[in-house]
Amino acid sequence: MNALATILEVRGLSVSLPIGGKLTPVVTDMNLSIARGEAVALVGESGCGKSMTARAIIGLPPPGAEIAGSIVLKGQELTQLTPSERRRIGGREIGFIFQEPMTSLHPTLSIGAQMTDGLRYHLGLSRTAALERARELLDRVGIPRGRDILAGHAHQLSGGMRQRVVIAMAIACGPSLVIADEPTTALDVTIQAQVLDLLARMREELGLAMLYITHDLEVVADFCDRAIVMYAGDRVEDGQPEQCLTRPRHPYTSGLVAAIPRMGGTSARLSPIPGQVPPVGAWPAGCRFAPRCAIADEICATRPVFDAGVRCWRPLASPAP
Amino acid sequence: MSPPEKLLEARDLAKTFGKVAAVRGVSFALRRGETFGIVGESGSGKSTLARLLLRLIEPSGGGVHFRGRDLTSLGREEMRRERRHIQMIFQDPFGSLNPRMTVGELVAEPMHAHDIGERGDRGARALKLLDEVGLPAAAGARYPHEFSGGQRQRIAIARALASEPALIVADEPVSALDVSVQAQVLNLLLDLKERHGMTLLFISHDLRVVEFICDRIAVMYLGEIVELGDKAAICGEPRHPYTQALFASAPGRPKTARLAGEIPNAADVPSGCAFRTRCPRAFDRCAIDHPPLRALGGERFAACHLVEPAAEAVS
Ligand SMILES: Nc1ncnc2c1ncn2[C@@H]1O[C@H](COP(=O)(O)OP(=O)(O)OP(=O)(O)O)[C@@H](O)[C@H]1O
Ligand SMILES: Nc1ncnc2c1ncn2[C@@H]1O[C@H](COP(=O)(O)OP(=O)(O)OP(=O)(O)O)[C@@H](O)[C@H]1O
Ligand code: SF4
Ligand code: SF4
Ligand SMILES: [Mg+2]
Ligand SMILES: [Mg+2]
Repeated sequence: MNALATILEVRGLSVSLPIGGKLTPVVTDMNLSIARGEAVALVGESGCGKSMTARAIIGLPPPGAEIAGSIVLKGQELTQLTPSERRRIGGREIGFIFQEPMTSLHPTLSIGAQMTDGLRYHLGLSRTAALERARELLDRVGIPRGRDILAGHAHQLSGGMRQRVVIAMAIACGPSLVIADEPTTALDVTIQAQVLDLLARMREELGLAMLYITHDLEVVADFCDRAIVMYAGDRVEDGQPEQCLTRPRHPYTSGLVAAIPRMGGTSARLSPIPGQVPPVGAWPAGCRFAPRCAIADEICATRPVFDAGVRCWRPLASPAP
Repeated sequence: MSPPEKLLEARDLAKTFGKVAAVRGVSFALRRGETFGIVGESGSGKSTLARLLLRLIEPSGGGVHFRGRDLTSLGREEMRRERRHIQMIFQDPFGSLNPRMTVGELVAEPMHAHDIGERGDRGARALKLLDEVGLPAAAGARYPHEFSGGQRQRIAIARALASEPALIVADEPVSALDVSVQAQVLNLLLDLKERHGMTLLFISHDLRVVEFICDRIAVMYLGEIVELGDKAAICGEPRHPYTQALFASAPGRPKTARLAGEIPNAADVPSGCAFRTRCPRAFDRCAIDHPPLRALGGERFAACHLVEPAAEAVS
């Protein structure tokens, strides 16, 4: 990959949190890189560390978190910056979209006040210029009556409209990276499809690098260029979404995909993965998936290394070339 | 072949909350032993319909007939007794499980309420139900907050089974669960349904889940059923423009059509066909005439001026 085009490069990222008075790892050895215009999906079940990875990247981990590893954004090492430098760069270069738009929107401030805040702080625009730019942004995300919306409040908008406003805010300062944490999970399929279309268009028009967090690989299969599958704080597979869906290599990815009811499917029962995800602090020492893996072996008591796109000693059949 | 037995029938059910028309004239019949799905976008009236069927809220119009009895005419005590046969499972089992009761007590409670079995046997039967839903006996002595989302949904299912209902109404029972946990709970529901011969009304906005678990499906839009038919027909060759657009938006489907705009406010339902403001095929008549749900033949129904009954259905 062209080094110039790389927007985000994360190497050996680990996040530990104080849980029950003990510093407990929740993300370990995370590597990921995203190029300009590229969209990478971060996929996995609840609690596997997707949001914590994102929060480490934007520099907003929970209090008491310990973070190790390197996070390079457009050639600049973020972990070396002071918190205020980090906020300044982060606010401008990284746009963020949360699952529940109400988390990103203030309940009592007007939409206009919220949208112009970042524009004035990061771009130094006047109040009038910032309002005009906010209206343009709303137009861009498919909200025509921008002026009325700016004067109103978040609770007056539908879920889909709120998510459009949040997207407008995320792209407001011309970021190079947008991190979207389950942006469509709370939305209906028809609105989900509209929001994905909008994100795809923004990505193309603005050449954005995008990290898209989801627990549903199928939803992002056509949207993302690459998918990183996480299990219990680990990156277990890194490949093309279509390949992860049809020819997964890690036994966990394979189990995850088999559990999705597929449209047009005919089987009488689904194939859930046996057992449960181990809670943080109680991960097995070797392969963390071993207690649930049908093909686990003695070697799996040793922690597997990440090699050729999978963290597994006995990956499933290689993908066809 | 004799016609399938109707377990429950909704006749022209309606519910308004002030200006909001949440359910507008819904009629359908549940057949004994089937899994009947209700799909639709947020605000289309699915949960309100479910609450009307159980008479947890009073209808503004129409009625519900369960095993031939008109539930809306029953007095308080009679209705309470009838509830033994219709149980409900919700999306968030936490909200419906009393945090101060142990899981064993929670599962035994409906047996006390409906006087099922000998008092002394109920504890043992609760443990047997927990075993049936895949929870260890030790779970009986613990409290709901000690369990994961998937386990809590199992507890809610065990509790629903305790009164040996003929019908379970499940409102988004797996929507808050991860896919692999969701698969476990869906399989469990199917196993229990087979074993106990129950009828299941399954509400969901996830088309993949509905297609997997249901025999027949009703599609709702703004408080009305716009299409109804067996699973293969609804998922395979939807006829109503809304059903077509809905399935074209489903994950894993080729993205052929996009639906513009959002579902209108239920306090301000468009005249004529309620879907006309988003329908790619709307024409003059759609703003004036309300399209009724018409039989298309082969036990399919759709409410659209452009969807004509099949020739054999007319003859
Ligand atoms: N503030 C916190 N304090 C302590 N532990 C936390 C905190 N936030 C998250 N965790 C734990 O860290 C782990 C990773 O959480 P994270 O939010 O990254 O999961 P996720 O993959 O985003 O899950 P979800 O799909 O549910 O959003 C989880 O086990 C969670 O319980
Ligand atoms: N108690 C109530 N008071 C006023 N309006 C209500 C009440 N309950 C529901 N509504 C309104 O009735 C309409 C239908 O709501 P309902 O909850 O039945 O939809 P739903 O299809 O279950 O949606 P979701 O998928 O979001 O659960 C909505 O417009 C809702 O705002
Ligand atoms: S390393 Fe072993 S236990 Fe882990 S996924 Fe691979 S085969 Fe299974
Ligand atoms: S009646 Fe008209 S508006 Fe309604 S679905 Fe049919 S074509 Fe569309
Ligand atoms: Mg998360
Ligand atoms: Mg509902």
